[in-house]
Amino acid sequence: MLCKLSFSNIRRSLRDYAIYFFTLMIGVAVFYVFNAISDQAAMTRVDADTREIVRMLGIAISSTSVFVAGVLGLLIVYASRFLMKRRNSEFALYLMLGMTKGKISAILLLETFLIGIGSLAAGLLLGVGLSQVMSALVVSLFEADMSAYHFMVSGGAILKTIIYFAVMYIVVMLLNSVVVSRFKLIDLMQSGKKSEQIKLKNPWVCVIVFVLAAVMLGIAYYMVGWRFTHLSGRKFTLCIAAGLVSTFLIFWSVSGMLLRVIMSMKKVYFKGLNSFTFRQISSKVNTMVFSMTVICIMLFVTICALSAAFSLRNSMNRNLRENCPADFELSEQLDEPYEELDVLAEAQAIGFDVTKYSDDCVHFSVYGDENFTFEGFCGSRFDKLKESFTMINGDISEQVIGIDDYNALMKVFGKDTLEIEDGEYILVCNFKAVQQIRDEVLKDGTQITVFGTSLSPRYNECQIGAIDLAVQPTNIGLFIVPQSVVDGQTPMADFVIGNFSATDEAGKKAADEEIRSLYAEKTREGLGAFSVHAVGGYFGFTTKQEVSSSAIGLGAMATFLGLYIGLVFLIACGAILALKELSESVDSIGRYEMIRKIGADESEISRSLFSQTGIFFLLPLVLACIHSVFGMKFSVYFLEVLGTDRIASSVAATSVILLLIYGGYFLVTYLCSKNIIKSRK
Amino acid sequence: MELLKIQHIEKYYGNKSSLTKAIDDLSFSVEKGEFVAIMGASGSGKTTLLNCISTIDRVTAGHIYLEDTDITELKGRQLGQFRREKLGFIFQDFNLLDTLTAYENIALALSIQKKPAAQIDQSVKTVAEQLGITEVLKKYPYQMSGGQKQRVASARAIVTEPKLVLADEPTGALDSKSAKMLLERFRYLNTEQNATIMMVTHDSFTASYASRVIFIKDGKIFSEISRGDASRKQFFDKIIDVVTLLGGDVNDAL
Repeated sequence: MLCKLSFSNIRRSLRDYAIYFFTLMIGVAVFYVFNAISDQAAMTRVDADTREIVRMLGIAISSTSVFVAGVLGLLIVYASRFLMKRRNSEFALYLMLGMTKGKISAILLLETFLIGIGSLAAGLLLGVGLSQVMSALVVSLFEADMSAYHFMVSGGAILKTIIYFAVMYIVVMLLNSVVVSRFKLIDLMQSGKKSEQIKLKNPWVCVIVFVLAAVMLGIAYYMVGWRFTHLSGRKFTLCIAAGLVSTFLIFWSVSGMLLRVIMSMKKVYFKGLNSFTFRQISSKVNTMVFSMTVICIMLFVTICALSAAFSLRNSMNRNLRENCPADFELSEQLDEPYEELDVLAEAQAIGFDVTKYSDDCVHFSVYGDENFTFEGFCGSRFDKLKESFTMINGDISEQVIGIDDYNALMKVFGKDTLEIEDGEYILVCNFKAVQQIRDEVLKDGTQITVFGTSLSPRYNECQIGAIDLAVQPTNIGLFIVPQSVVDGQTPMADFVIGNFSATDEAGKKAADEEIRSLYAEKTREGLGAFSVHAVGGYFGFTTKQEVSSSAIGLGAMATFLGLYIGLVFLIACGAILALKELSESVDSIGRYEMIRKIGADESEISRSLFSQTGIFFLLPLVLACIHSVFGMKFSVYFLEVLGTDRIASSVAATSVILLLIYGGYFLVTYLCSKNIIKSRK
Repeated sequence: MELLKIQHIEKYYGNKSSLTKAIDDLSFSVEKGEFVAIMGASGSGKTTLLNCISTIDRVTAGHIYLEDTDITELKGRQLGQFRREKLGFIFQDFNLLDTLTAYENIALALSIQKKPAAQIDQSVKTVAEQLGITEVLKKYPYQMSGGQKQRVASARAIVTEPKLVLADEPTGALDSKSAKMLLERFRYLNTEQNATIMMVTHDSFTASYASRVIFIKDGKIFSEISRGDASRKQFFDKIIDVVTLLGGDVNDAL
């Protein structure tokens, strides 16, 4: 009997449940697809570096999954509570007929169970299908071989999905039981009768609140968008808080003001169904100020996450050419000067001779004067830098290199050489945030003293460049001085940088593999001779291949995580709005029926419904977009560390995803609503 | 002049095995400026009749003419146009939009007709004055009494100056004082504003305000009486006589 009731309940309320079911299904599918990625990537033919990255990606996705599960869990709880409220009169009837609360709980339990099983099965099926599409993305991101790929199902991901969602459903069941046990028959019976009181907010209060919120938001935007260099962590948190509060206030005031404004435009308000349409919208927004705020913020995060992820990925490949101009780099960097620092000799001593693989390499040292520090150079401007980069250490010695060494390296890089006169120095830098400060200092014509020699700047701005192989432009400053200044000084770091002898792609790749396996073999039992310098420091060998793999990995990781969080947030937003809108439509059936009776055309009713749904969906999106413009301005600044430009294509990609999912929810909602209010003859 | 002409209409529900004749060969006509009441017990087919005239439902056979239009032939867009331009509706449960104020509810009927805003304002104020609801125009339905709501609904029905006002149990949800007040207004609209009103009711008191009462039983016209020069009280007694004849079941409405 209970079973039959549950089944028929689900079938009957399919209209309400459809979008819920649909959302759960997509949630399950997305969850599976992303958790299956690492298994999938592992299947494709990738090299050892990529395999390591895939492992990292797996860990990252796993931990993100916990967060995602939290978001989905909240969504499920919200949705099921929402759907339960709509059935109060039904529960009242059960109680009136003498059913115990335990029985009602059992019915709900069974319903949740059925829906859970159904959505899990459907979602997993969809997920397995979608993950095949995803594999195309996996292959292209990891630049792996597509031909090696074949249809696959990840058992681990399936198990994980089932466990996570089972836990979520059980939580929902428990919560539902608690709610049922608190039912009071009288409340249930009267719940439908309570007519909603329409309180128009005081327009002046609304205007004042709106202006206040707009100003607050403006200040936050200004701080984040233009004055970010002066933003400390605490101020930044304050800006975010201001953004959140003003978002809420704007929705609160707009819901009151919008209607007032339209009402004052009599020609618009009393045209066709407009008065009805705007009243509907305003009552909806009025009851959803908080949800709207949450949705707006989630959309904002989504837009930022997706755009950042895409631009990061785009910039990775471009950066590589720029920041990795040579094939390999052997380096040893210490914290203090060391007399006998010679990385090449040490490497050769343990049988790792890089010169065997390269005709075209340079060996040079970098120096540091402990009396010439970062803070010393920047002077008063250092504090400004400290505000945005709290981690920065002003005591470190500035890096100094002789002009001859630098030019020899540039020849290896295939880049332009520099010239310098005696008594001059050149500053090379490519980390933009620091570069700005450095430029200011250079404009003052700041004199420096290195190893007792006084030098003045040759240029009044930094030259762009770096000496080591990197994924991103992270050189915060390198001083080029006349060779005589550093000759005979004690080095702090020693480099061997060069290109492989092979000129073709295959030859380089073979050399790369050989040299890295040799390095791995020679350093297996510790770093051997290298470990003699117990002064602390860093020893390393890296190749362009290795750097590029990690760049690809970083790009792929960003893309996947961005997509993952973005997709889940988008579904959550879409589902909340859709549920609210659909239930609103059910409540409004009578109103539409009446409007039809007094002779409104179907097309006019459809148009009214379209604008209602449209504005409802658009309102949070518009504010989220405005937020994003300024948020992005801020993040672009920080992403510049990773060399991000050409943000337009990332924004375009984000828009497409947004349009597909959010727009999809809008369309489904509109069509379902239209079906709900269709006249029943 | 004949405004509404109903010719041999039939309305069947159900299928072959269980056929219900809600209306069974019904014919009558309504003159311009008349106030007609349709009386009958529950299930006599009076609401079905009203639904057919208002084009909410379709007849199985027969024709209904309003002026010279056969409304049983109307389709799609024409239906909407016919309803909003020719008819005014008043329902038992008021059917006001709870999200709109009284003013906006009345104005909606005009704005659907795409009337200019200035004219809407003028018309709404005039009709509100006629029905004595000027002071509630700014209120929402939940802030009004039942009588006020029904007068607002009536205002919405007549503001478009329809050819025919259809009222379905307009006093059904009202207390006797409000009912009386509403019916006085109906009579005013009928005599002073020359509105043609057709009202469905099972309440003899309500029906006694009409100038003619048509009794329906089992989908057929049972009897028909006109008020003529008699007073409302005398007409009421006459109605009671017919109701008694019709069978006890309408009596309970007394």
